[in-house]
Amino acid sequence: MNKIYCRTESLTEKRFSYCSGCGHGIIHRLIAEVVDELKIRERTIGIAPVGCAVFAYDNWNFDVTEAPHGRPPAVATGIKRCLPDRVVFTYQGDGDLAAIGTAEIIHAANRGENLTVFFVNNANYGMTGGQMAPTTVIGQVTTTTPFGRDAKREGYPLKVCELLSSIEGVCYLERVSVSNPKNILKAKRAIKKAFENQVEGKGFSLVEVLSQCPTDWGKTPEESIKWIDDVLVKTFPLGIYKECTKK
Amino acid sequence: MKGNIALCEGAISAGCDAYFGYPITPQNEVPAHMSRMMVELGRIFIQAESELAAINMVLGAAACGKRAMTSSSSPGISLKQEGISYLCGCELPCLIANIQRGGPGLGNISGSQSDYFQATKGGGHGDYHIIVLAPYSVTEMYDFARLAFELADKYRTPVMILSDGVVGQMMEPVEIVGSGKLEVGSSDNNKNDWKLDGCKNRPPRRICSLLMAENALEAHNWHLKEKYDKIEKDEVRCETFQTEDAELVVISFGITARIAKSAVTKLRKENIKIGFIRPITLWPFPKKIISDAAGKSKKILVAEMNLGQMVEDVQLAVKNRCPVDFLGKPGGGIFTENEIISKIRQIL
Repeated sequence: MNKIYCRTESLTEKRFSYCSGCGHGIIHRLIAEVVDELKIRERTIGIAPVGCAVFAYDNWNFDVTEAPHGRPPAVATGIKRCLPDRVVFTYQGDGDLAAIGTAEIIHAANRGENLTVFFVNNANYGMTGGQMAPTTVIGQVTTTTPFGRDAKREGYPLKVCELLSSIEGVCYLERVSVSNPKNILKAKRAIKKAFENQVEGKGFSLVEVLSQCPTDWGKTPEESIKWIDDVLVKTFPLGIYKECTKK
Repeated sequence: MKGNIALCEGAISAGCDAYFGYPITPQNEVPAHMSRMMVELGRIFIQAESELAAINMVLGAAACGKRAMTSSSSPGISLKQEGISYLCGCELPCLIANIQRGGPGLGNISGSQSDYFQATKGGGHGDYHIIVLAPYSVTEMYDFARLAFELADKYRTPVMILSDGVVGQMMEPVEIVGSGKLEVGSSDNNKNDWKLDGCKNRPPRRICSLLMAENALEAHNWHLKEKYDKIEKDEVRCETFQTEDAELVVISFGITARIAKSAVTKLRKENIKIGFIRPITLWPFPKKIISDAAGKSKKILVAEMNLGQMVEDVQLAVKNRCPVDFLGKPGGGIFTENEIISKIRQIL
């Protein structure tokens, strides 16, 4: 019998602690697969965020540290500048990256830090029970927008790829989703590209991943997938937002 | 040499690998000097986008086993408290220099000592302490930068140099005795056992302060307590001056101690039985030395450039064995020698 699919080396035996239908497990695995395909596990240092994915360090089988909420790009900068031949990435949610950590992400991008950022956008704060995130879409009900997000009261969803695309120091920006196998394969290609850019010294790369959060969305896993494809992508269109050609 | 420059030179001599900072008066000479020196030496310098980012860059550099530092002044140090708490939770060594200015709020830019509580009681959240060194001369800015890195590594802990705008801006001759590594005693801490540099030929490591498993945080807190007890036992540094027969002992730290010592020297010439104690480590606090002095003298005077902060630690050490008087100067401003002398004459 041929084994055609198994745990990749960069994932530990520890079970994911995520709810059923959550996108984090898929994204963790894609990152681990790419790290192994690029044979960089022994020189990779990851930075886990505050939020549901804080326990990522239990699942990844390489060096990992954690950062205060919003600060992973600063911690990553400290590590990468000291160890330029290691591969350093941050894994951040929408509250972390697009609310409390906006200064850190913009300035890491603007310095053109040779880092890889995975930005998981599930349009709400998952760990704390589903509050409004900067990326919550208009009309979306959360525990802190019980009447639905109203632009007059809560402002508009923050579009991170669009925002960062004007920054000169940025090398690569792509928005993907993990809502179906086709999109998952595309997401993996983007993740690989973002790591390759760092290995080749091309500079700051960020992959935004639209990810499902059934528990806090109050939807079934199946409805959540559909909601990404039908609703979320309208506010956050998938695609490449920037790709540098420089060597 | 200026105090702030001596701080830089001491840190560079100690092998500081990376400096991360943000402009704020009265410490601007530090990032300016480091921006040139560190780059020329092929080391790391980044002007961060905020004090929050700077302290977290320190966290990153420290997590990979490098000697990292940041500097700021009071309002900026408040912003760094989140990071300092994480550094303590993660047990990461680093140097943080606070060139204090007046507060609260934006305050002013004159030298002050009003961050004593913040520095010594744990200005951030959670149960922790950092080692706090208070220099009173430009030479000590140099020496304590070297000492701070050694103590930080010895105990895997952040060390703060609590200086002030006066010492930072002051210019005086510096006596440099030795450079490079200082001997501060043996330590169990070996960076090669914990630093993050990729899991080649070893199991993966993690550095984190989130301990959610049952009793894990409590066990970690007790481990930290054990470390803090050892620091309190072994690392108290203090200067005493003519306390043996003193009927009045003046206790001050930092720049105030410099002035108080001069006042005490003058009064000794008048055969007034007066002595002087200068805590050099504000944490660990020289409780026993002060307690012993309180047993022998009739009165203690604490002078500091704030509304009364270190005086509380002195009172705890004295335990009512003799009266503790206080002379304070808030609002960012320095004592004159005469102010201290008149207060002493008044209470003698």
